[in-house]
Amino acid sequence: MIRLIHRIPDALRRVLVLFVVVIGIALLVRMLLPAELKDSGIHVKTTIEHEMAKPVKYAGSDACTDCHEEAKLKKEGYHKNLSCETCHGAAKDHAENPTETKPTLPRMREFCSGCHIYNPSRPSGFPQIVPAAHNPLKPCVECHNPHDPRPPKTPAECSACHAGIARTKALSPHVQLECTVCHSAPQGHKLSPRVVRASIPAERAFCGKCHAKDVGAKDAPKVDMLTHGEKYLCWQCHYPHMPEVQ
Amino acid sequence: MERRRFLSKFISIAASGTVLSGFFKRTFARSPDYDPKGHYYGMGIQIDKCIGCGKCVEACKAENDVPKEPFFFRTWIERYVIKRDGEVTVQNIDPRIEQSKEVFSEGDILRSFFVPKLCNQCEKPPCVQVCPVGATFKTEDGVILVDDDRCIGCRYCIQACPYGARYLHPEKETADKCTFCYHRITKGMLPACVEVCPTQARIFGDVKSNASPLGRFKRMNKLHVLKPSLNTEPKVSYSGLDGEVR
Repeated sequence: MIRLIHRIPDALRRVLVLFVVVIGIALLVRMLLPAELKDSGIHVKTTIEHEMAKPVKYAGSDACTDCHEEAKLKKEGYHKNLSCETCHGAAKDHAENPTETKPTLPRMREFCSGCHIYNPSRPSGFPQIVPAAHNPLKPCVECHNPHDPRPPKTPAECSACHAGIARTKALSPHVQLECTVCHSAPQGHKLSPRVVRASIPAERAFCGKCHAKDVGAKDAPKVDMLTHGEKYLCWQCHYPHMPEVQ
Repeated sequence: MERRRFLSKFISIAASGTVLSGFFKRTFARSPDYDPKGHYYGMGIQIDKCIGCGKCVEACKAENDVPKEPFFFRTWIERYVIKRDGEVTVQNIDPRIEQSKEVFSEGDILRSFFVPKLCNQCEKPPCVQVCPVGATFKTEDGVILVDDDRCIGCRYCIQACPYGARYLHPEKETADKCTFCYHRITKGMLPACVEVCPTQARIFGDVKSNASPLGRFKRMNKLHVLKPSLNTEPKVSYSGLDGEVR
């Protein structure tokens, strides 16, 4: 055997050795390689399994209507096609564990304006506002129900918007007077309150109709219009809605 | 004697075989009710409906643990502004920045719109072609996935994608991309971006199915895909796509 190897020419022997070594390394690598590197089918399968096992965070609106009856109320109105989680955030945790985790309840103006702020790139007809001109600082939910966000109806009573004034006036001596005795509110004021303003008395004589000496109602406090604070309008000192009209 | 030995051997082998096959079925069967062969997914996007609110971007980031920084996206929204002088500007919408603080005066704008973008899940994906380690592949149901364990983070696929749909995940240091929310769609749910879109600008479904929202979208609209000249054959189709969109 050894003689046989010696009879092979030297150069060929080296080539043979190299050949054996290369084959050996190739076999060794093949043995050491993990199975998923040899068969691409395995790594495709494990990746798909890995991908499918990822946790779901948005539960989908069907999960909401299972418990929330009020979610069905949203079936009408402009927001009827919105998923609950569009506004209330990812809620899979809440669906699985309703008492411990709660979805978000956005009440900030900035949240609504995320969709409804005016932007010339938005499709025309989409309802948009300029927040600086549209009741600044007032929370949207005070006038618009987000589950049925129709534009609010024109208020029948002044108190619908001026509730604070209505409550103080109820305690004041002027409680019997309608708002329109002193203010004129044109129809336009109810639709766009900031463009069309309600009037306020501009003359001393207006208050004098009741409060001047020898005129009007007997129980109203009387002053001498000629000597009492002549250059000021009455309401600049006396706030007529307050309980004590000082 | 011979016959008895044969029988006892046969019985023991048969018994162990049934046990083993049961074991294999239990461990290696994928989600039993999901068959990828029955599906082939695609998406439709209606440009005229997108209001650029960024809810899809937020939902995608929450659902898929995409880093919050404004340069990692699986889906994103581009705002196109075409000015009267022919200049085209494209901005990536960041939902956290108020869009009213912008530099365009309205008189300059010829037309303007939003374009939601995501991985087109190409029929002939260039990213799959260039991957040197075969880490990215197309599934039977037509979604392009990345194997995190195999990806070496070489960024070839990020360069190769003509739509810029891939990014290098800063923590995993592997390529990351839209999977159509593979973990959701295989459970019969909608992708997170489709779920939260308030105007139904995105429509998801089976490209083969006619009786589905996607089938209806394809019948009722004139469709276009992004960069058709590259022959990537995207499965995300757009209606109302402007010629300026790249």
